[in-house]
Amino acid sequence: MSEILLDIKNIRLSFFTAAGEVKALNDVSIAMNRGDVLGIVGESGSGKSVTAYSIMGLTAHPGKLIAGSIEFNGEMINEMSEKEMRNLRGNEVSMVFQDPMTSLNPVYTVSNQICESIMLHTGKNKKDAQKRALELLDLVGINEPQKRMKQYPHELSGGMRQRVMIAIALACEPKLLIADEPTTALDVTIQAQILELMMELKEKIGMSIIMITHDLGIVANMCSKIAVMYAGKVVEYGSVDEIFYNPMHEYTKGLLNSIPKLYEKERTKLIAIEGTPVDLLNAPEGCPFAPRCDSCMKICLRKMPEYTAVKDDHYSACWLLQREEFAQGGKSNE
Amino acid sequence: MNKRLVEVQNLKEYFHAGGSPFKPKYIKAVDDVSLHIDRGETLGLVGESGCGKTTIGRTIIRLYEPTSGKIIYDGVDITKVNMFPYRRKMQIVFQDPYASLDPRMTVGDIVGEAIDIHKLAPTKRDRGDKIISLLERVGLNCEHANRYPHEFSGGQRQRIGIARALAVDPEFIVCDEPISALDVSIQAQVINMFESLQEEMGLTYLFIAHELSVVKHISNRIGVMYLGKIVELANNYELIFHCVHPYTKSLISAIPVADPIQSRKNKRIILDGDVPSPLNPPSGCRFRTRCRYATEICSQQEPELKEVSAGHFAACHNLDKVQ
Repeated sequence: MSEILLDIKNIRLSFFTAAGEVKALNDVSIAMNRGDVLGIVGESGSGKSVTAYSIMGLTAHPGKLIAGSIEFNGEMINEMSEKEMRNLRGNEVSMVFQDPMTSLNPVYTVSNQICESIMLHTGKNKKDAQKRALELLDLVGINEPQKRMKQYPHELSGGMRQRVMIAIALACEPKLLIADEPTTALDVTIQAQILELMMELKEKIGMSIIMITHDLGIVANMCSKIAVMYAGKVVEYGSVDEIFYNPMHEYTKGLLNSIPKLYEKERTKLIAIEGTPVDLLNAPEGCPFAPRCDSCMKICLRKMPEYTAVKDDHYSACWLLQREEFAQGGKSNE
Repeated sequence: MNKRLVEVQNLKEYFHAGGSPFKPKYIKAVDDVSLHIDRGETLGLVGESGCGKTTIGRTIIRLYEPTSGKIIYDGVDITKVNMFPYRRKMQIVFQDPYASLDPRMTVGDIVGEAIDIHKLAPTKRDRGDKIISLLERVGLNCEHANRYPHEFSGGQRQRIGIARALAVDPEFIVCDEPISALDVSIQAQVINMFESLQEEMGLTYLFIAHELSVVKHISNRIGVMYLGKIVELANNYELIFHCVHPYTKSLISAIPVADPIQSRKNKRIILDGDVPSPLNPPSGCRFRTRCRYATEICSQQEPELKEVSAGHFAACHNLDKVQ
């Protein structure tokens, strides 16, 4: 069994809307090992959710994967038929969505919704499926699972609903769990419960997690690797400590400087990133962050930088990192 | 001039929530809260959803009529008066910049509406100049005045909301979760703007948010709320580093810190269960159902807000046991 669980290579994905082509993902490559917790951070519209959806094959019309390959557990996802995909979804890769109220079906009971996935993938009969559902509810820390089984989503609190979502996602013990902002709709104390639960279950089941979030605090707590996305590109990738203590990309640095620190004893002014995120409908040539970057050079506006490896497992796409190579004449300065 | 700009005494705000006419049910959104805000300071209010922080903000500027209690503004009791003259002094910035701007009005009219109502511009030209100077103050420009809200991003809309609040030259602004709908990199821009506006215009803020790190950054003092009550109130650094109430402690430890080494060191206190319904809050101390220090007295008697050190208040029976 190879170490690498997921290998996304150079994917490009666009949404063909009436207004034009929206380049949601522009040459994204991410690799992930078994047992890792990968955090994808970025602003809204940076393509973090779309990346996850493309792994599940959920980018339906008008979205289209134009180029690149996605390899999961040794199989090419992008070449699979719809039938094979259905077997994969919920069975080997599953997903927890942001808003538990809209992602649960309001007219079915909790029991129905959990059993659906179990019966579909394992071929168990209803009675066995319900038994398994009870186990799952117990696993995700819901008290009185017997009673909850018969309830509808509206009877549960937000945290409880998210636990049900996790139970559904874990029904077939997937190899990979994709959590798309799983705690954004929840309060801090409930968020802490859910994050704790996810880490516990990761150890128990031995799955890998992709955590999509805009909260740098959550990634610092949970993840081993981080991919920072901006305007449909991974601008920096590295281990948690590298990203937080040795950020290389100007956007990552800006992001870290712009959040207020809870344990700081003096009041310092926040350093904001000026400007607004780019419009992907007519994305600029060159580095997408260039218009907001303080150390923008001429070349940044013309050409997208290649990745520069800072260390093993830490790379970043920024012209500043290649400046030394310019000086040495290693690369032609266009 | 009073040092205390806003003072709230024993404020209660109950919302009617069904029941029979003879036995109506009430949601006690705010239950017996007293606080004051000094001139030029920022008081932060934090708490989970449904704890009543927004209700306090709205009741102070009397968008809701208080069930009982007193609101004192600059030494005058405004609980029952005609609010028109006070609307010039007290303003609010709402949470959702998508829902709080009228989509059919141009930005110029949104900002100018208050100027018209309070007759602050004698001529049309004055009005136009005033609108432009307001937009420039919040980092927009004069071209934006003729556009509609849908043409703007979330951060820009929030700026419009702030320009609207500033239109009448207020002294006091209630900021009701003004940054929670914004992207991280935009949040810092808006926070910085609130700070520089405060310096320039000597504003007083009531800053309501659920993110403690943001509130700590912008406030001088912070009040922590739980189910309609203030459980702890202190200076911002005092509250973060020397909090005494078990709820505040768990709230602070639950916040994921954006610092991997620090977060590995921190011991999380994970609270069990959910916030109880405000329709039927627990007897005595409202936090007791989730509190690990709860004893018998907690279910019988409601703890009062007591001063534990200078300017630091907490409401708990078992403060000596809490570690």
